[in-house]
Amino acid sequence: MTLHSRILGAASGAAIACTAFAAQAEVLFWSTQAKPVEEAQAMREQVLADAGDVDYQPNDGGPWLTRLQAELQAGSGTIGVLGALHGDFSAMNPDDLVDLDDLGVMSASGTFNDLAKLGTGSMQYIPWMQASYIMAASKEALQYLPEGADIDALTYDQLIQWAANAHEAAGEPKFGFPAGPKGLKHRFFQGYLYPSFTNGVVRTFASDEAVTAWEKMRELWAHTNPASTNFSFMQEQLLSGDAWIVFDHTSRLAQAFNERPDDFVAFPAPAGPTGRGFMPVLAGVAIPRTAPNMDAARALVEYMLKPETQIATLRATNFFPVVEVALPGDLPPSVKAAGDAVAKMSASADANPGLLPAGLGDKGGDFNRVFVDSFERIVLAGHDIRAVLDDQKGRLAAIMEETGAPCWAPDAPSDGACPVE
Amino acid sequence: MNARLLPYVLILPVTLFLCLFFLYPFLLVSKQAFSTGAGFTLDNFREVTSYWKFPITMRNTLLLAAAVVPIQLALALLMATMVNRMKKGRDLVLYVWTIPLGISDLAAGIIWLAIFEQSGFLSSMMSGLGLVDKPVNLLTFQNPGIVFLAIMLAEIWRATAIMLVILVAGIGLIPKEYYEAAEVFGASHWKRFLRITLPLLRPSLQTALVLRVILAFEIFAVVAALSGTLFPVLMGETYAYQFDLLNSGAAAAMALIILAISIAFTLIILRVLRVPKGATI
Repeated sequence: MTLHSRILGAASGAAIACTAFAAQAEVLFWSTQAKPVEEAQAMREQVLADAGDVDYQPNDGGPWLTRLQAELQAGSGTIGVLGALHGDFSAMNPDDLVDLDDLGVMSASGTFNDLAKLGTGSMQYIPWMQASYIMAASKEALQYLPEGADIDALTYDQLIQWAANAHEAAGEPKFGFPAGPKGLKHRFFQGYLYPSFTNGVVRTFASDEAVTAWEKMRELWAHTNPASTNFSFMQEQLLSGDAWIVFDHTSRLAQAFNERPDDFVAFPAPAGPTGRGFMPVLAGVAIPRTAPNMDAARALVEYMLKPETQIATLRATNFFPVVEVALPGDLPPSVKAAGDAVAKMSASADANPGLLPAGLGDKGGDFNRVFVDSFERIVLAGHDIRAVLDDQKGRLAAIMEETGAPCWAPDAPSDGACPVE
Repeated sequence: MNARLLPYVLILPVTLFLCLFFLYPFLLVSKQAFSTGAGFTLDNFREVTSYWKFPITMRNTLLLAAAVVPIQLALALLMATMVNRMKKGRDLVLYVWTIPLGISDLAAGIIWLAIFEQSGFLSSMMSGLGLVDKPVNLLTFQNPGIVFLAIMLAEIWRATAIMLVILVAGIGLIPKEYYEAAEVFGASHWKRFLRITLPLLRPSLQTALVLRVILAFEIFAVVAALSGTLFPVLMGETYAYQFDLLNSGAAAAMALIILAISIAFTLIILRVLRVPKGATI
């Protein structure tokens, strides 16, 4: 053995020993949230600084699930705590998550706590943080607001008119829509467009009102930057000026407000004939049944729900607390802007809040695909709206029947699976 | 060691490796594709083929392969003969031409995206030259032709080198005597290429085409980077089934469909370009 290989051997031996040691002491926080490098760093340095030995590892949904499933199948694992969206958890088998009722912590919202039960009798995850989708605009665009329109109480018609005015003034379409591969367009249809026009999502999927809704979507699309099919984080297009008026997730707009707080405004989503539809985003923390150190994992979940931690999380990720906290005055501009817009949206007289799709299990992706496909066929490919909706309706009905998911707001409650009417 | 056993001992590690990391996962995937929890079923295949986008993705993938591979073949042949004639700097040119081979396909897609996007090089250059008033976005849903062209260009740039390398090695194996004899009889360059190079290059052409065609059916990252969801291909749908819809059975079925197409084309290429029995170089 040469000296070189000896050194290499010793080094790798030491490295293995270190990892083995680290694996024992640390709790692995395996998350799909706070993925951007700055957010992940803020999670580690600010949010989790006092949480003891925590290894915060954010990942894309695919790899996140692959490793988790491998550990569950093997029956032993290294992941201590899971952080993910409600939709990620609802796609899992509740038996794979430890019941968390006896922890004694939960969110201040009864609705969220019910969602966290995933259809079982006990909490499968603990609500961790929340956000929503809002509209944002560059101040440059405000001068083109249609006459008499109040930016905090827009209707879809006014929004379309505004986008048209901006289109005409700029010489190019300036509305921006996150229709890229990673964009959250399906949430716009499920939580905003459909509730605002049809007062439902599933029941009214192929109704005449839905046809009107898609017609409006087409009108709006005529004034939408055609590159939108590649946009996924609208803060980028706001900052670059490619889009002046946009819709997106609050945390996907945050960078724009934090970098140039004086250049942009946040405002509520528009209202349609059946009110101002909007939808929350809910993330939770859970413990997989294969967690190596149950006590440390439980302690970490409790720590995440402390008011101080929740405020630190808000600063790090732009996701709002789910417990009662007094917000300090020195929050980043993005948090103030988004917080105000969400507050106005929920306090508006015509508010029509929807819930996240629930009870779909691992069919959540298929459910989203019904809406994304309808968008691609109706708006991008220009197919006949009635024909597309009648075709997609079959798929939606099959998903609802297979999962037996009951209706959620704003659809009227159902006995058994939510029917597509 | 026993000379008869030695070859088997030497290939043993590779065989074990392939069995463990290719054959075994492949068997698992096939099992997944043909089951939905209870017994043998074709439900997964029925599901993926009845999806409205399936014919589109199939058409796109085949169209792209049909457009890209012949151009790459012609280019690779041209480049290989050029390299072969060079006296000086042959290695340098070969190295430069094979650089794209060392770049991951996603990176290649992003490089071409930087050229074609709204604030990209092409658009800025055109507006700088006064051809257009202001930077235009070329890769949009209104210009499916340009999107297709951009993907084609990126693929040709990225993956011609793999055929080139194989063909250069193949041409190097053709004995000089044939060319000398042909020259004596007054055959032109073109004739020598048609009558000597091409027929004797058959085994290399076979390998190059098989590799390239299989890769063409697996195209994914370049398309994803350049077109987002505008140009759906088979592999992209497979990814969507696995990671967006969490439907491993359907993803496995898609993977097997791609495999079946690859095998079919491999057999066709092997048959068409077979070296007649007894013929040697």
